[in-house]
Amino acid sequence: MTLPLFSTTDDPGPDFAGLIRRLKVPTPAMSAGAAPGEASGSDRFRHGTTVAALRFADGVVMAGDRRATEGHAIAHRSMEKVFPADRYSAVAIAGAAGPAVEMVRLFQTQLEHYEKVEGVVLSLEGKANQLSQMVREHLPMAMQGLAVVPLFAGYDLTRGTGRIFTYDVTGGHFEETEYNATGSGGRDARTTIKLGYRVGMARDEAVELSIEALYEAADEDSATGGPDLIRGIYPLVATVTAEGFLAVPEDEVAERFAALIERRRAEGRQP
Amino acid sequence: MTMPYYVAPEQVMKDRAEYAQKGIARGRSLVATTYDLGIAIVADNPSRSLHKISEIYDRIAFAGVGKYNEFDQLRVSGIRHADTKGYAYSREDVEARSLANLYAQYLGQVFTHEMKPLEVEILVAELGTELRPPQLYHIAYEGTITDEDRYAVLGGETEAIAQRLDEEWASGWSLTDALRSAVGALAGPDRTLRGQDLEVAILAEGNGRRAFRRLVNGELDDLLG
Repeated sequence: MTLPLFSTTDDPGPDFAGLIRRLKVPTPAMSAGAAPGEASGSDRFRHGTTVAALRFADGVVMAGDRRATEGHAIAHRSMEKVFPADRYSAVAIAGAAGPAVEMVRLFQTQLEHYEKVEGVVLSLEGKANQLSQMVREHLPMAMQGLAVVPLFAGYDLTRGTGRIFTYDVTGGHFEETEYNATGSGGRDARTTIKLGYRVGMARDEAVELSIEALYEAADEDSATGGPDLIRGIYPLVATVTAEGFLAVPEDEVAERFAALIERRRAEGRQP
Repeated sequence: MTMPYYVAPEQVMKDRAEYAQKGIARGRSLVATTYDLGIAIVADNPSRSLHKISEIYDRIAFAGVGKYNEFDQLRVSGIRHADTKGYAYSREDVEARSLANLYAQYLGQVFTHEMKPLEVEILVAELGTELRPPQLYHIAYEGTITDEDRYAVLGGETEAIAQRLDEEWASGWSLTDALRSAVGALAGPDRTLRGQDLEVAILAEGNGRRAFRRLVNGELDDLLG
């Protein structure tokens, strides 16, 4: 490797994606269009499924199940779909697992790269726009069946509030005022959150609700993994507040699942 | 036809070296030292926005003295190199030694082949691990690279500063001791430097993945006492 130096009129600036294109490092978007014809059937590549995000009093909660599927088969039981994008934001992914994880890696590097080169952190809106561009560049692959639909949430330090952004395959991004969920079980997760949501919830209530949402999604959707008590694999839950990105400890998630089932049994409902 | 007149290569190199040294000596100096939990870098720099010290990667920091635009270009290219390498391979494959070598090669190349040498001196610092000690790579304007595991002094009057620092330097000293001695050494007997005159950053364990952290005004004044 050589020292990447550019002339002043030809400088890529703080744009990492632009830099690696220049240096000819392969990126997920560059392979777009390379696959001949339409990718036939989703049983050839891995799919990640349900992720959800909701706002609470101090910020946002983000949660995702752990299952990856290849068609009707379970491909992976402990996949991670919720990632820190940087100190004050998180990104969760649903869709084709391979390109999605690559997109997250590029996004994380992009944010850190900007921060180091410029000496300041990108605004939350700026981060959401950056992700939007990456999803848009991925559109040709989405058209071939390899769609990636991220969910982006973070703590806006200038406004002092948590914010959530959803995306579609064209890269359009939309700000959500309260909550949203995406992926194959997204609909069930969304409905569950909708029924339990209140503005200005406390952290514990919000974590609880996100867990319940994933539980319902796993119950209805075959591609969404529920809590795996035998192997000890639980959904990933994280909060982003003024203190930054913080993963909810696995023990806490496990306890909350156990409590949820207990409570339902006690109430005479189906667990 | 006029003959291009001959200048001995020794003379060319000497002139260039003098030119670069003069440029570097005009600026303010910088000190880096290891301490019990990491590396502290202290620059005589009253600006809050034009930094001399910055983050390159998880455990690597950069510092430069001399002409700002020249070392800033080197800083950005270092970040690009590290981020590209970390993205193409893995985060743990990014290390200071290869970056320091690239800098040394580039500075050497410019010094021998270009009209004007770069008027900079740079430092690449890497936090140690259990397996290897912390490293301070000091790269001079002509591409000479030296590695230190105690302290490094960059800029003008380096000998006097290094001498003052050497008298007080102790293995495994605390951040407070290290900062006070470094600031004292930078200031010399006739000046006092306060928090507002300094830019200070540390590479330390316990900061998470990214070990680099700036010490901002209040925190710095507390440490300096």
